[in-house]
Amino acid sequence: MNGQPILDNAWLFAHGLATTLGLLSASLLAGGALAVPMAVARTSRHWWMARPVWLFTYAIRGTPLLVQLYLLYYGVAQFEAVRNSVAWVALRSAWFCAALAMAINTCAYTTEMLAGAIRSLPYGELEAADALGMSAWQRLRRIVLPLAFRRSIPAYSNETVMMLHGTSLASVVTLVDVTGVARDINSRFYLPFEAFLTAAALYLALTFALVAAFRQAERRWLAPLRRGN
Amino acid sequence: MERLTAMHPFVVRTLVIALALGASIAQGADEAATALRVGVEGAYPPFSEVGADGQLRGFDIEIARNICAEMNVRCVLVQQDFDGMIPALQARKFDAIVASMSITPERQRAVAFSDKYYKTPNRMIVRLSAHLDITPGGLRNRRIGVQRGSINDRFVTDTFKFSEVVRYARQQDIYLDMIAGRLDATVVDAVAATTGFLSTPQGKGFGFAGPEYVEPSYFGAGVGVAMRKDDVALRERVNRAIATMRADGSYAAIQQRYFNFDIYGGKR
Amino acid sequence: MVSAYLPSLLAGALTTLCLALSSLAIAIVLGLAGASGRLSRRPAVRAIATAYTTIVRGVPDLVLMLLIFYGGQRLINFAIEKLAPGHYVDVNPFAAGIATIGFVYGAYLGETFRGAFLAIPAGQAEAALACGMSTLQVLRRVTGPLMLRHALPALSNNWLVMLKSTAIVSVIGLPDLMQRAGLAAGATREPFVFYIAAGGVYLVITVISETLLQAWQRRLRVGTREVRL
Repeated sequence: MNGQPILDNAWLFAHGLATTLGLLSASLLAGGALAVPMAVARTSRHWWMARPVWLFTYAIRGTPLLVQLYLLYYGVAQFEAVRNSVAWVALRSAWFCAALAMAINTCAYTTEMLAGAIRSLPYGELEAADALGMSAWQRLRRIVLPLAFRRSIPAYSNETVMMLHGTSLASVVTLVDVTGVARDINSRFYLPFEAFLTAAALYLALTFALVAAFRQAERRWLAPLRRGN
Repeated sequence: MERLTAMHPFVVRTLVIALALGASIAQGADEAATALRVGVEGAYPPFSEVGADGQLRGFDIEIARNICAEMNVRCVLVQQDFDGMIPALQARKFDAIVASMSITPERQRAVAFSDKYYKTPNRMIVRLSAHLDITPGGLRNRRIGVQRGSINDRFVTDTFKFSEVVRYARQQDIYLDMIAGRLDATVVDAVAATTGFLSTPQGKGFGFAGPEYVEPSYFGAGVGVAMRKDDVALRERVNRAIATMRADGSYAAIQQRYFNFDIYGGKR
Repeated sequence: MVSAYLPSLLAGALTTLCLALSSLAIAIVLGLAGASGRLSRRPAVRAIATAYTTIVRGVPDLVLMLLIFYGGQRLINFAIEKLAPGHYVDVNPFAAGIATIGFVYGAYLGETFRGAFLAIPAGQAEAALACGMSTLQVLRRVTGPLMLRHALPALSNNWLVMLKSTAIVSVIGLPDLMQRAGLAAGATREPFVFYIAAGGVYLVITVISETLLQAWQRRLRVGTREVRL
């Protein structure tokens, strides 16, 4: 194993790491924030609120992130009208296209996850809130959402890790993230093991950090639901 | 309780993997005897592309098939993205690469090449209306697209130090981004660019700029068939096949279908 | 001209489907093994199962695939060279694809099965044992069906994610739906059309999967009640 080229290019991996983390945070924040109102709409008893959201999550969850990425990056740029519009300032950038695709993707999955958590709440909690005279908005803010968030913690930890893995696809649309650096080194020096093992190690470290953070959150907020073993 | 449930899946899993591996081994051994597995790209017109019928076609494809014919073996074309070509060859996914791969000293450290089967110059393509100055300083902060791992990649990375080098898996995708305006320039084989891009309807407004790039240290001594270094016998057979092709007119016949000039490159 | 590529796209779709189903088989087997490993009383078994899940969850599919495809092949041949010089083992891209995806999703399914096992109240198994059932009977009649009901929503999600995941096999050159769409897009300079078409095919497969899985979930859910806001 020849590790020298890896060490020589450590700065490249550092840059790649920055790109990866930037993409991850931007997409999680944007997608996650949008998912909360969408989840509430999704669990509404009014079909005109629930259906459109369902259609959106269905379409996004039903297609690979890679397709969404290609569509936003290459597909949209195909049209002259888009290239001459004001949106092109943003869509021109590969980073923006990738972040947007990932934000939309995580929004859809997070919406469904939160909606599922809301639906699985013990009905008694809602009845108690109503009995105490809370308005729908108060019930949402004080009971439904906090409880739903807690129940979503294990599933959301999975979602953030999935998104981290999703960022590796950014290398397919010219972005030089951790995977992109590994591919460049592999094709320049013909060292697949060294390049991809380094990338794998970096992703592992990031995942450990994420999972540890969520484990702390689980320990703190899911105590009442813990099973005695 | 866990022991019982754990036992059976283990056994089943081992059987499944053993069967799959066995099937792969059987298939691999069978192919070794009567076929030549050739790595090709499929995204580099007119040398290799995938037609509407899903079939591979192009100059490289026909040369590969002709070499197999001259060697009297069955041709198995294996599609592979360019930046993974040499690693795949070394991992024995195929035994030869016919993908417009230039013979360069750097590549010769990893693989062995046959005699050349064509040589064309490389040029830079730009949007003509941009009036760019094709020097390292003139292209400062400009985005130059190249195919990852190609000779153009190495050349541009080393020469245009103030530009942003953007790497793609397929040259086709570079053209898409040139049209979209995300790239200011790309360096590519002149012939591939002409037939694959400049003479197509979307290629209007683009053209060559700057000199012909022929430094042998980057652009090598032409394009050859890459093989593993220890495959000496195969290399001799391929060279004989190429020489025979040149002599008996089948090379000329293939060439005529794609180019109206001599692509072999004489003694350059 | 665009429609001329339809047969090519359909052939790619078939490859994708075969890839997904074969990977599922491997993943279920690995998942059950992994789940029982995680729940095992023996610490050594637990450690191995945990390491498996951790590594797979920590490294993106793309990186693992590139590692297994190039590095793994080199390793196998290196070993074969020592044992039986002159021969070689050719792991074809399809085999590499299902091995990677099956391996990766075995870990995710393992987590799903583990969560499902844990969601069953301990009293159920205890009562069954108290009734005199053997451990196998408990699994077959009580724990199994209960686990399935809890696992199915997450399992459905896993299947959908895995289906999408097969798209990355295009990056290592397998002529699946994505790769054929990409080549057609480049040749015709109409990426939008072809990526929409590819997305459409994934969506169709998703619709069919979801319909079947929802029906199954509904059947298993008889007798329980859902929250509706």
